[in-house]
Parts: sequence; C-alpha cells; structure tokens
Amino acid sequence: MTVAVVQFGGSNCDRDAVRALTYLGVDAERVWHEDGLPEETTGIMLPGGFSYGDYLRAGAMAAQSPIMDEVRSKAENGTPVLGVCNGAQIGCESKLTDGAFTTNKSARFQCEHVYLRVERADTPWTNAYDVGDVIEIPIAHGEGRFEITEKRYDQLEANNQVLFRYCDKDGNSTDDANPNGSTGNVAGILGTSETVAVLMPHPERATLPDIGGTDGEGILHGFAE
Amino acid sequence: MSLPESDLDLITAELGREPTPAESVLFENLWSEHCAYRSSRPLLSAFESEGTQVVIGPGDDAAVVAVPLPDSSSTAVDKRTGDDYSETYITFGIESHNHPSYVDPYDGAATGVGGIVRDTMSMGAYPIALTDSLYFGPFDREHSQYLFDGVVEGISNYGNSIGVPTVGGSVEFHEGYIGNPLVNVACVGLTNGERMITAEAQAAGNKLVLIGNATGRDGLGGASFASEDLSEDAETEDRPAVQVGDPYTEKLLIEANEQLLDESLVESARDLGAAGLGGASSELVAKGGFGAKIDLNRVHQREPNMKALEILLAESQERMCYEVTPENVDRVKTIAERFDLGCSVIGEVQDGNYVCTFDGEVVVDVAPVFLADGAPMNDLDATEPQQPETDIPDRSLAEAFEAVVSAPNTASKAWVYRQYDHEVGTRTAMKPGDDAAIIALRETAGGEDDISGAGTGLAISAGAVPNWTATAPFAGAQAVALENATNLASKGALPLAAVDCLNGGNPEKPDVYGGFKAIVDGLATMCETLSTPVVGGNVSLYNDSVSGPIPPTPTLAMVGTRSGYNAPPASFAGEGELLLLGEPADSLGGSEYLAQFGGTDRFPTLPSDPSGVIESIAAVANLETTLATHDVSNGGLAVTLAEMVTETTGATVTVDSQIDCFGETPGRVVVETTDPEAVKTAVGETLSVTQLGAATNEGLLSLTVGDEEVSYDHDAIGALRRTITAAFE
Repeated sequence: MTVAVVQFGGSNCDRDAVRALTYLGVDAERVWHEDGLPEETTGIMLPGGFSYGDYLRAGAMAAQSPIMDEVRSKAENGTPVLGVCNGAQIGCESKLTDGAFTTNKSARFQCEHVYLRVERADTPWTNAYDVGDVIEIPIAHGEGRFEITEKRYDQLEANNQVLFRYCDKDGNSTDDANPNGSTGNVAGILGTSETVAVLMPHPERATLPDIGGTDGEGILHGFAE
Repeated sequence: MSLPESDLDLITAELGREPTPAESVLFENLWSEHCAYRSSRPLLSAFESEGTQVVIGPGDDAAVVAVPLPDSSSTAVDKRTGDDYSETYITFGIESHNHPSYVDPYDGAATGVGGIVRDTMSMGAYPIALTDSLYFGPFDREHSQYLFDGVVEGISNYGNSIGVPTVGGSVEFHEGYIGNPLVNVACVGLTNGERMITAEAQAAGNKLVLIGNATGRDGLGGASFASEDLSEDAETEDRPAVQVGDPYTEKLLIEANEQLLDESLVESARDLGAAGLGGASSELVAKGGFGAKIDLNRVHQREPNMKALEILLAESQERMCYEVTPENVDRVKTIAERFDLGCSVIGEVQDGNYVCTFDGEVVVDVAPVFLADGAPMNDLDATEPQQPETDIPDRSLAEAFEAVVSAPNTASKAWVYRQYDHEVGTRTAMKPGDDAAIIALRETAGGEDDISGAGTGLAISAGAVPNWTATAPFAGAQAVALENATNLASKGALPLAAVDCLNGGNPEKPDVYGGFKAIVDGLATMCETLSTPVVGGNVSLYNDSVSGPIPPTPTLAMVGTRSGYNAPPASFAGEGELLLLGEPADSLGGSEYLAQFGGTDRFPTLPSDPSGVIESIAAVANLETTLATHDVSNGGLAVTLAEMVTETTGATVTVDSQIDCFGETPGRVVVETTDPEAVKTAVGETLSVTQLGAATNEGLLSLTVGDEEVSYDHDAIGALRRTITAAFE
C-alpha cells in the first residue's frame, strides 16, 4: 500500500501527512504534482496548504493540474482519495465531491480545535468510530465555509454523504459550534463513492500521540484498510 | 537622502576618485544605521555570545546552536559539556520591520516574516517556528487598531501560507508607539552538522546564482529609509520603499532550498534583504575574503529599462543568492525550474574587488571589505536615565482588578494567535496562550518520525515590556531577560540561547541614546548572569516621529530545552495547593496598575540569584506532583490567577497587599501542587515560597487582599479578558 501525498506548489501539510501515515504503519510518500502518480499508488491524499498561493480561489488552480485527471480516474476505480483542508478545496474544485469551500463567516483565518460529530461509521474513513461519536480535531483555514445550493444539499443529505458535522462537545450541531458558517455545520463529505472524502479539519494534526490528542487517527486509518 | 559629506570624503579618499552613482547608493545603504549599526555596534560588545552550544554566533544570516541530547536537556547550560549535545542544530534569528509596518502594515509585516525565514534557509535550515513581538500605540486609538489588524493579517497570511507555525510572541500597547509601531519577528530553523551552510563565500571561480522572484523597482532604498525618523507624511511619501510579499514564491523557494541542500549543491548562501542584491552579494564575498564579478544585465528583471543602481538596490522579495561550483550550475538551474522559480547566473566569486558591470561598463569597483565593514562608527552622547519617585494612586481592589485584567496589554491575545496557523509542522506540543511554546525536536531521540515523546522539547518565549523599560531602562531590560527565562522555566525548560531586537528612538538625542544604552547593558547583564549566550540580533534606531521616540524596547527571543515535550499547563487542575515561587513584589514600578491609574514608582527589586531562581522553577515544573504552573508578569499575580481559571476549576487566594497583587517583579510563578513539601525541597534556599491558597473544583476565583475581597467566575473573567476580541467583532 503506497499512499501518494500529492504536493502542489504551496502545499504545506504534505510532510505532516506523510509523518502521520508513517506512524500508522501506512507506506506513504510525497509526490510532486508534475511527476504524476507512481504506478504503485494505492491511495491518494491531497494535503493542506495554499496551493498556488490560493491566489485565484482556494484550490482552483491545483484542480487544473494534469495530475488531477489521474486522481479522478483512480478515484473512479476505487482507489481511496482523501482531501484535507486545501486538499478538500481542491477536491471540490476538481469535482471529486460536490459543494465548495469559501471564506469563513469571520472573514479571518482561524486556527483552533473544534469538535466533530461522526455521521457515518460505515466508510473506510470512519470505521474506527460509531455514529454520533464526538471527536476533537484542529482546523486551520480562512476559506472553510461549506457552501452548496439548497437542492444539492438536500441531495447530499438524501444520499447520506455528510461524513462530519461541527458540533459542541456534547455532539449538538449548534450555530455557536459552527466555526466558519458552513451550511448544515458540514465539516466533511463523501464523493460519489465512499472511498472518496474531503474535510476541512486536519486529522494528521490529531494523530501523533507525543504532541497531544489522537482523535484524528481513525480517519487516516482509511488508507490502511 | 544621500551620503553624508564625511562619508563621501572618506570613500573618495579610499577609492582615489569620486564614487559612481551606483557606488554612492550602495554605500549609502550599506553604511546606513540599519545595515552598519553605526550607533549601536560600540555597545553590542557587551553581549556574551559564546558557549559550548554555539556553533555559529552573531554576524551570519542567523545563529546556529547545537541542541542538547534529551537526557541532558533539563540540565543547566553551564553544567553541560560538549558531549551533552546532539548533531541536531537549530538556527535562530530575529529581525525588525518597523518602519515598513507603519507605512503599509499588511505588506510591511508580511515581508518581515519572509526576510527572517530566508535568513533561516540560507543557513541550510528548514524553518520550524516563528514568533512575533508587536508594539502599537494605545489600543483605544482607531489608528492603533488599524495598524494592529493589518500587521496581524500580514503575518497570518504570509506565515500560514509558507507553512511555518507562528507559536508565540507578544503584543504591547503604549503611548510611545503612536507614530512608530514595532514588528519584531524571530524564526527558529532546524538543521544539522552535515546540512548546515553559511553566508561565507568559499572559493574564487564559483558561480553566483540568483534564484527567486524577478527584480523590480520595489523597496528601493529600504535600508536607508529604515535609518531615518519617520516623517509626518511617511504613509504616502515612503510607500515605494515598502516591499510587497509573495508567500507562494517564498514557499517554492523553501522547497527548492531543501532540494539544493539534499543534493549538497550549495557552497554558501545569503538571502536578499536590506540593500538587495548589492548588499547580499557584497557581504557574502566579503565574509569569505573574496571579491566578485557581477553582470547586472544577467539579473532576471520584472520591469523594463531598470538602471544599474535599481537592480543593485531593489529589495524585491523572495530572492536568494547562492554560491555554486561551476559543475553544479546546470543541476541548480533544473531545480529552480522544477519549482517555477526564476534563476540567473549573475557572475562569480573572484579574488580582489567587488565589481559590477552594466551594459558593458564597470559601474561598481570597490574593495568588498571596505564596503561591508568600512562605515565609521558614531560616538554619541548619552544621558543616564533616572528612576521615578513613589506616588501610587489608591484604588479599590475591584476597580483595580477589573481595570488591570481587562487592559489590552494583559487581556487575552487569542484574537491574534487564532489567526496564526500554530500547528502546521506537527511539532507544536505546547500552543500559544501558555507561558512558552514547546516544539518537539524528535530528531534528538532517533529521527523525525520518532513519536516516543522522548526527544528534546524546545521551549520558545519572546517579548519585552515597554512599561518596564520606560520606567527603568536598565533594570527593565534585565527584567525582560529574566521574564523570558521564567516563561521557559515555568514549562520545565532551561535557557539555551537568545537573540535580541533592540529598538530605540533617534540616537542623536542624548536621553534617547542613554535609554538605549541602558537596555543594551541590562539585557547583556542578565543574559550573562543566566549563562545564556546572545547569539544574534538586530538593531532598529530612529523609531522617532512627530509624536516622539518609542520607549527603549529590548525584544528578546529565548529558547530553552527540556527532556520530552510534556509540561504542566497554565490552568488550575482544581486539586492542589497554590504556592508562589519567588520574592513577593516590593513596588509597583512599571506595572499595568500604574499604566491604568497614573502615578509612578521605582522598578521592583530583582532577585539576587536569577540563575538559581530559573533552575528551581524548572525543577518544580518537572515534579510529578506539579499540576499547573503559570508565570507572573504583566498585570502581576491578579492576571496570572485570572488566566488559570477554567470553566470547572478555580482558586481561593489570600495575599497581604495590592503590591502583592499587582506588582510585576519577574522571576516568579504560581504553582499548583499536591505536595508542597516536595516543592520546598526542590527549591531549597534559592527562592522564597509563599502559600497563596488552594485550587478548587469550581470555576471561580476568590481573592482576598488585606481586608478587601472580590470574586469572579469563569464567565466574568472571560468577559474582562475579551477586550481585544470584542473590539474587532
């Protein structure tokens, strides 16, 4: 199992992702986007950062990189793909998932710990949890507000594609517990298949036990399946 | 601004001719206060900069310091030998971006971050942590808030984009900064003996390769601009001297730099900062005892028809100058191209003069050492500062508590650090909001992937307190050094090294220079007492404007080490007794109390054995029976206790007087412990231990001072401490 952690110009959580995956016993390596996916790729992580400086719109430029055609085709064939933070924005921009992540309600960058409620426990990313579990994971983003048309949001709900929602520590998805104004408190969603997911919070920052909480490791376990 | 006549005479005599226009601007900038330290260098010899741990001291782009092995990390630095150090090194540097941040707060602060990060890269290091110490005029002024907001956003956007966590720093507000805010940025990088490089040219015949952004006309004359008082219309007049940052390119440069290091392609490197290409290239070769031959036409440019002196002096950001052997040049070009970075081979190292040609003509031809080190030093008059008399206004405990706890200087800085990505890099074991940040250096325990928790914890603290140094520059600066060390010790770490950023007003005024001289001596004295070498620094003078000079401001960034990363938090556990380690305060001089209510007092007496104090505090922090530790500083004990209250834990505390409650003597911490006797045994005779009361399982602080009593619950304290957040909502 080799997970390709795709590095775009401006990615900055690629090393962290590799370190966290390595700790979990998952073989992972950084792959420069222009080099294309290695043949042995059996999982793909789009890490956080500021690809192309977020200069046009977060994730918009990276979504045009040729490697994303390879990612989409691998995803269609069942290869697990996880987009985190900027990787989530790239995932939406390249149509791996529906919706979009845009400027926080506060209009400021926010780096803080949040609580997430697990909405699905039958995906590779959430097998380690039960539905309704509350996990604590950090966010660090300026453009993390999930936006989608009402009709398509209803579709997401109907298809049971919401993976995580922001909540308080008791699991209530309140406005106060919504750090960025996301529609439906959505923090992470599935693509058309359960092996493709994007989320704004950083599981790789809540995995290494020597620096704090480890609530996020279950998500990265999706690559170990 | 042009060259002073005396400088021009000296240069003409040395060259045996009039300098060319390009040479004139080169000398003007490199001999400016900002680059040549003409008024401060005579004072800087006061700093002790050596130690077993110091690999490279002051004078390079950044200092390099060896990290102790985990087992020796909790031993005091003067008790270690060379064998106690690992092959893992940190780099450490600090820089000011004061004038640019006034003119354009967003870009001024952002490019300050970019500059200090490149200083880290040019030592062969990967940047792993940033701190920012910020100083503004009174918070209730709209203009202060505008500058504050812009500076924080600039740091946030730049630091976050390049993936370097901003883990600490300080924010202070004081009348003296109305016309001159300060932005002091420090950066820690990680390298090792094999990877490290310097800014010292190695051999004649090697090529000089410029990588990064194309050169434009931005930031022309930034170094000389930083060496004058700000004029009344500086915001419009000086805008062209402020550079614009591009964090995306900086991040690409970091990646390219890493690959160049991986493949050992770099002989030496220097980032392009003050005085641009001319500054970087001439200093690089001068340091190695060489000259250079540079063809300015080869520099990749962003704008047409640039003149020789513009190419030489422009401070366009995100550029590095590398010395590369001829056989490696092609590979270096390939790597630059891989990361979409501009790259030009601009010339080579040679014996003899520093020579630049443009359109086939020689435009600069000077001895590099004369250019780099030939500036005459200023011998300025200084008036020794005097301490004020005692005149303390009387206020009720409730009024004083509420004013001090809600003061912008002591209020929560969460609004600031929430905007900084302080966790990228997955090394941040102790986050902002506590006394010191702790960065996990897993490398000393076996490698970057070692998650046993057994590596060296690198604690970082940075800041200065203008109320202290305005009251008593010498003792206040001593207190700043002790306070930063206390922050480290409170988290169980002992000092390893420090860098300073010395900010002052116009040194040609004897009282300003006297205050500046006193902060230099104060910092130097205390750092030496603490056996903490000052391995690098920066001086920023002429922070003077129509609203007067700034208070002398000695920002100190200090790193310390501990075995492992797990330190007690600065919040009550609710289960132990509360002790104050350190002498009770004996005056209110320099306190937030006096800043709020007026009045004056002498600065508090400092402890007689600061090293013993620091070692004892660290020993107590590392006891298993210690549940919480929090340093006492701005706002005194009142603020420390308020900050320790949580939703579910609090304390009942009794002290004798308001001086006990609001005095700001440094070198003190509040400790919550289940074993007070163990604490007393650990500290011995080095400092006094005072019983304060007990922690409780209720989110409430009950405070008795003499015959007055107040109590505030977690929500009430939170409301008081929200001053800054509330203002920006």
